[in-house]
Amino acid sequence: MRMMTSQPMILSLSKDTIKVSQEQDVVFLKNRVKEVAVRIKMGLVNQTRLLTAASELVRNMMRYGGGGSCLIEVVSSGRNNGVRLTFTDKGPGIPDIASAMKDGFSTGKSLGLGLPGTKRLVNEFDIKSKVGEGTTVTIVKWANG
Amino acid sequence: MDKIPILRMGAFLLVTIQVDLYDRLALNLEADLVQMVNKTSAKGVLIDISAVSIVDSFMGRIIGNIASMSKILDAETVVVGMQPAVAITLIELGLPLKGVHTALDMEKGMNLLKSMIDTSGDDEDDDQSAYDLITE
Repeated sequence: MRMMTSQPMILSLSKDTIKVSQEQDVVFLKNRVKEVAVRIKMGLVNQTRLLTAASELVRNMMRYGGGGSCLIEVVSSGRNNGVRLTFTDKGPGIPDIASAMKDGFSTGKSLGLGLPGTKRLVNEFDIKSKVGEGTTVTIVKWANG
Repeated sequence: MDKIPILRMGAFLLVTIQVDLYDRLALNLEADLVQMVNKTSAKGVLIDISAVSIVDSFMGRIIGNIASMSKILDAETVVVGMQPAVAITLIELGLPLKGVHTALDMEKGMNLLKSMIDTSGDDEDDDQSAYDLITE
């Protein structure tokens, strides 16, 4: 179920960028992600996984990155459609990504499930971070994946 | 400011979450609920999440907190009506909600609460006034 889809081409079919700087934006973002997921006929369980992953990442972006933006794309690879979300912030960055990806690790007061948990919920997960410059997290959830 | 209503029914508090929770709302609910447990000496808290479509790690933690806080105030918490997709997501996320009692629906949840309170204390569910006299 969580195998890496390694088709060479992922085409982006639609793009939409949403700025997130306050809590109302979070609700708006979740609604947009849901709309897109419904549009590509993603099943209910995968929708829930995607929305939960988005919820984790947007919280990280607000809490540690001081807000940022999210690019919502409908992507296609072969016959498979999916949603790709790219969260970008200009926060302090993550000095040690390997630790941040471990269950139970947190520099805040949380459970430390956000990043590793999110990775388990989606099909593809990529994180890039530079200290002092910011963090970018990209996830893909396929409609049937 | 949105607020999630907390209803009192005998020795129980009922909470039905009809909107998708955002962080502030969840934190307020946690604080309000614990206050209410204290104020009403409730013995049980029933939280209906059947209309909640996402529970992420933060919300999960709040639910766990409510259960633990109520527990040390001598009240049991039962979460009812969780959607299957939410259960799947919670486990994959790594949040098994240990220590939180659950039931499939309101009725089963109510029965569970009653049975927990019957065994842990004297039978007070049908004789509230007698119970009040004893504790007074």
